[in-house]
Amino acid sequence: MSFSETSRAASEIHRASVYAEWGTTLVCTLMVLLLIFAGAAQAAAGLRGSGDLAVVVERANGTLQVVETTGNSSLKRIEGLGDLSHASAVYSRDQRYAFVFGRDGGLSKVDLLEGTVVARVVQSGNSIGGAISQDGRLVAVSNYEPGGVKVFSADDLSLVADIPAEFGAGQRSKVIGLVDAPGQKFVFSLWDAGEIWLADFSAGGEPSLIKFKGIGRNPYDALISPDGRYYIAGLFGEDGLALLDLWHPERGVRRILPDYGKGEAKLPVYKMPHLEGWAVAGNLAFVPAVGRNEVLVIDMVTWKEAGRIPVHGQPVFVMARPDGRHIWVNFAFPNNDTVQVVDAESLSVLKTLKPGKGVLHMEFEPRGEEVWVSVRDQDELHVYDTASFELRTTLPAQKPSGIFMTTRAARIGL
Amino acid sequence: MMQWLALPISSLLACAVAAAGQPTPERQAELRYLLEQDCGSCHGLTLKGGLGPALTPPALAGKPPEFLQLTILHGRPGTAMPPWRAFINEDESRWLADRLLAGETQP
Repeated sequence: MSFSETSRAASEIHRASVYAEWGTTLVCTLMVLLLIFAGAAQAAAGLRGSGDLAVVVERANGTLQVVETTGNSSLKRIEGLGDLSHASAVYSRDQRYAFVFGRDGGLSKVDLLEGTVVARVVQSGNSIGGAISQDGRLVAVSNYEPGGVKVFSADDLSLVADIPAEFGAGQRSKVIGLVDAPGQKFVFSLWDAGEIWLADFSAGGEPSLIKFKGIGRNPYDALISPDGRYYIAGLFGEDGLALLDLWHPERGVRRILPDYGKGEAKLPVYKMPHLEGWAVAGNLAFVPAVGRNEVLVIDMVTWKEAGRIPVHGQPVFVMARPDGRHIWVNFAFPNNDTVQVVDAESLSVLKTLKPGKGVLHMEFEPRGEEVWVSVRDQDELHVYDTASFELRTTLPAQKPSGIFMTTRAARIGL
Repeated sequence: MMQWLALPISSLLACAVAAAGQPTPERQAELRYLLEQDCGSCHGLTLKGGLGPALTPPALAGKPPEFLQLTILHGRPGTAMPPWRAFINEDESRWLADRLLAGETQP
């Protein structure tokens, strides 16, 4: 064997071993790829977005029902959330996680896709609702007992700040109307103290607080305009509403519609109205009157009363369809079997629906072609077509109350 | 003869009083539901309190049933508690007051 032959043989041996190596690598690579494809196929079967999901609070037995609004069906039920009477929810920016505020002070972080509770703290004795910060990193809870606001990391629900609602001589107030506001702020009202507080978390760490005192007796709930500029608290203890312009907090809180009920006896109030979202059509805002069978109309340019719409009972929720053309209204006991639709142009009742006793909440689908209604005493969810007012779908639910769609994640104040 | 009659009459009277004082079983179920759902919207479904105070036996300890009865029927002026007399009569309010004090409020 010549040198060249020897060299060729050696190189062939080497090449063979390289080929063998390549072969092994190839087989291994193929196997890995197969595994990846198999995994991907498995994931693809269950892969879905969460932008068309909603949770429905089933308040009697403390469960959440997860529904989807593309086909209007029920997907799953989530348990282990404690006392969900008067529960509400806000969403993480990715719309995968719901933060659920229970009446028993429980704050739960729920994974809608997996149907699991990923974190839970019982952070007070008695709470009423909450909000998520502009950057999605903080979740604030408003508490009745002990009165105040606690702020948690949206990541793991660890405590970030504790704001006791102290007033007078060491008293603590129940806190209501907590919303998020632009600039990493939370705004809330003190039921017992008649104050509005603005908590600014933009500097990180402990918040800076601005307190507006003497805003009116017993603010019962509040809302913020969709642009995050105006915070309005409804007053139970006297007439009118308290308005704070967050572009100009230095101007303080002023009273609007100060005499909408002057000289008239209030009807007994069997359920506090809610101010949630902001029913706005053009320059008009629509809010429930307290102790009256009326919807109040406010001109948002002059902040004067622009009308009162006589309705079937005392309104609880007054909610604008997303396009603002119609306003849907439900009512307090004993008129809670009815829903009315108000025309935002003529300011008159357009349609009266009778879904059944115990209509507790309504939630529009993101672009408003359908609305979901919880009918407590019938243990049903109704989905209505908002153009024809026809009942499209009925789903079973156990004493349903609040309905919360994931699209709230992208809206200021919800 | 009179003695024979006396017993059935007195027991009839006793029945009549009991009937006036106790709501019918159907009405009791309605009242329990009202207590849970409608009173519950302010006092909490479990009556541990909300915007309105807790109505559990420890929270109500020492309060006479008549006080609770009057509060239910006529409300508490100056507070958010409304009068319920349009929906609940005197006997029913007393029955509710007794249930609250005894903690027998489960539907």
